[in-house]
Amino acid sequence: MAAAGERGLIGRGLGRSYGDAAQNAGGSVALMTGLDGIVDVDLGSATVTVEAGASLDRLMRVLVPLGLWPAVTPGTRYVTIGGAIASDVHGKGHHLDGTFGSHVRSMEVVTPGKGPMTLTPHATPEEFWATAGGMGLTGLIRRATIEMIRIDTAMISVDSVRTADLEATMALMVERDRHHRYSVAWVDCLARGASLGRSIAEFGDHAARDDLPPRLRTRPLEFRPSDSLRAPPWAPPGLLNRWTVAAFNELWYRKAPPRTKGHLVGAATFFHPLDRVAEWNRMYGRRGFVQYQFVVPDGQEDTVRRVVESLARRRCASFLAVLKRFGEANPAPLSFPRPGWTLALDLPAGIEGLGSLLDGFDEKVAEAGGRVYLAKDSRLRPELLEVMYPGLGRWREVRDRLDPERLMQSDLSRRLGGLA
Amino acid sequence: MRDGLGAVGSVVVLGGSSELGLAIAAELCRDRHATVVLAGRRPDALGAASARLVGAGAGRVETVAFDALDTASHDRVLAEAAAAVGGDVDVVVVAFGLLGASGGPGEDATLVAATNYVGAVSAGLAAARLLRRQGHGAIVALSSVAGERVRKANFVYGSSKAGMDGFFQGLGDWLAGTGVEVLVVRPGFVRTKMTAGMKPAPLATTAERVAAETVRALRAGRGVVWVPPVLRLLFIIFRHLPRPLWRRVPG
Repeated sequence: MAAAGERGLIGRGLGRSYGDAAQNAGGSVALMTGLDGIVDVDLGSATVTVEAGASLDRLMRVLVPLGLWPAVTPGTRYVTIGGAIASDVHGKGHHLDGTFGSHVRSMEVVTPGKGPMTLTPHATPEEFWATAGGMGLTGLIRRATIEMIRIDTAMISVDSVRTADLEATMALMVERDRHHRYSVAWVDCLARGASLGRSIAEFGDHAARDDLPPRLRTRPLEFRPSDSLRAPPWAPPGLLNRWTVAAFNELWYRKAPPRTKGHLVGAATFFHPLDRVAEWNRMYGRRGFVQYQFVVPDGQEDTVRRVVESLARRRCASFLAVLKRFGEANPAPLSFPRPGWTLALDLPAGIEGLGSLLDGFDEKVAEAGGRVYLAKDSRLRPELLEVMYPGLGRWREVRDRLDPERLMQSDLSRRLGGLA
Repeated sequence: MRDGLGAVGSVVVLGGSSELGLAIAAELCRDRHATVVLAGRRPDALGAASARLVGAGAGRVETVAFDALDTASHDRVLAEAAAAVGGDVDVVVVAFGLLGASGGPGEDATLVAATNYVGAVSAGLAAARLLRRQGHGAIVALSSVAGERVRKANFVYGSSKAGMDGFFQGLGDWLAGTGVEVLVVRPGFVRTKMTAGMKPAPLATTAERVAAETVRALRAGRGVVWVPPVLRLLFIIFRHLPRPLWRRVPG
């Protein structure tokens, strides 16, 4: 920190955030992945103390055989603990389990203003919740103690339902969410007309040992996900276009049986489908893609429908859009999840007029009382930040105590102004 | 900070009364209500230009004094422009230039050369220093096809553009990997006040067209853009015409 110049410093983990949260043009970036030790595992209380640069992948490979699973995992295991806290990530279990930050018992953070601090949700709630979801702007997270959940097997028992349209998908999720620990729907954003928003809804629970077939019962906690597939570096630009994505979505939708029950899949396959193809992002070619994820409160379902409609009408090829219902929010002012509906989209950056299309979505989302996910953002109109995150002023007050001289800076904080 | 889809938050135009510079700034500021700083010899004369940019969607327009020939002041002017932005400068447009007495061997020949080449080198380096400190940014240099192969009709102007074009290409190569990019824009004949009264050349274009192509090239991360694009192909032929023939090209 002493070496950081006027362009400041930001911590960086595995760089999986889709935006510019862990970049700092002209300034310093502290690569945290060297601090990746698992310091302590307490099987009695199911807690683990881990250094911030350790990845969820590493944590899982060590702890799953011991019957422990992180209560929250995002769609990839290749995120660090520090990054998971700073982005306050969520997963398919948010409707019951909340965000990653909600399972952190304490964390050590080196702040520019007050030096090393141990933050807990009880003793230092303001500082704790300004750091969870704080995009790394309160200091460098050094280590954390996390509550895990206990599992009997490394398998997930999945019910899946093919739905005819968006209304059916949403109704089904409202009805069944509370009965399952995990739920998500894959929306075919290219289907139009009567099929608008047709989806495959998935509901999952950790499988019990008795659920497993006999040959798996002898080693129920084996967790050895492979990522041997690798996207070729020569993927031509425009490989993922409206026609290939439409074909894929059609196939994906049709290959899914109308309804399955208790289908067993490995936890890695269920939670981290993209991790199986290393460097999958290359499939988008040189111009890459933009992730767009928003949430709108319950009662604003129409906003989701209008976004899906608009994508379908403009034939914008989103490779499997993901719809999920969030549960209760936590006290973090900059945490993304709040009760309601969230939709995540992958859109090739080369789409003509994408900027103004997404600006239009932002307006609808802000009007509906919703927000976009800062960890995935790379293009939000700066003046909408405060509208979407009304707790911003409160966050700034706490940040000003922890970092009065604004040593912590990132491209994100500069681009959006309100975080600087 | 230019965002993930290339929208900019701030633009500095060196040569704030240049029609091409203004058209590019107008095109750039639209998406995000960007802040624009117009730098010109007479800041008080930039009122109309400022109003036009606000109309085009600029969030805020500021002016600073800038003289291309006062090379010793260029670092200071860029610092003033950055201060007027109040944050990072995303794009610097090097738009100033003189045509002189029809671009030919008039009394003002050395003034044209000093402005278009020496001034551009100095301002370009000052911009590069500012953007390097930021670790990001783009320099848009308004060159001309007149510099691609210098013609008898405007050889003083053409040679100054040939020099500045080469300089900015080299600057782009020198800056590769620093986060700072350089885009060289080579318009053909553009109908502006600089060319008022001249007979439009074939394939004449407009400032708006130049701006649209420039912004598209900037988003695509290209190093050179021709406007209209067909000029690139045409000049492959022109470059190889024998001199006795080239000498006779009218204009």
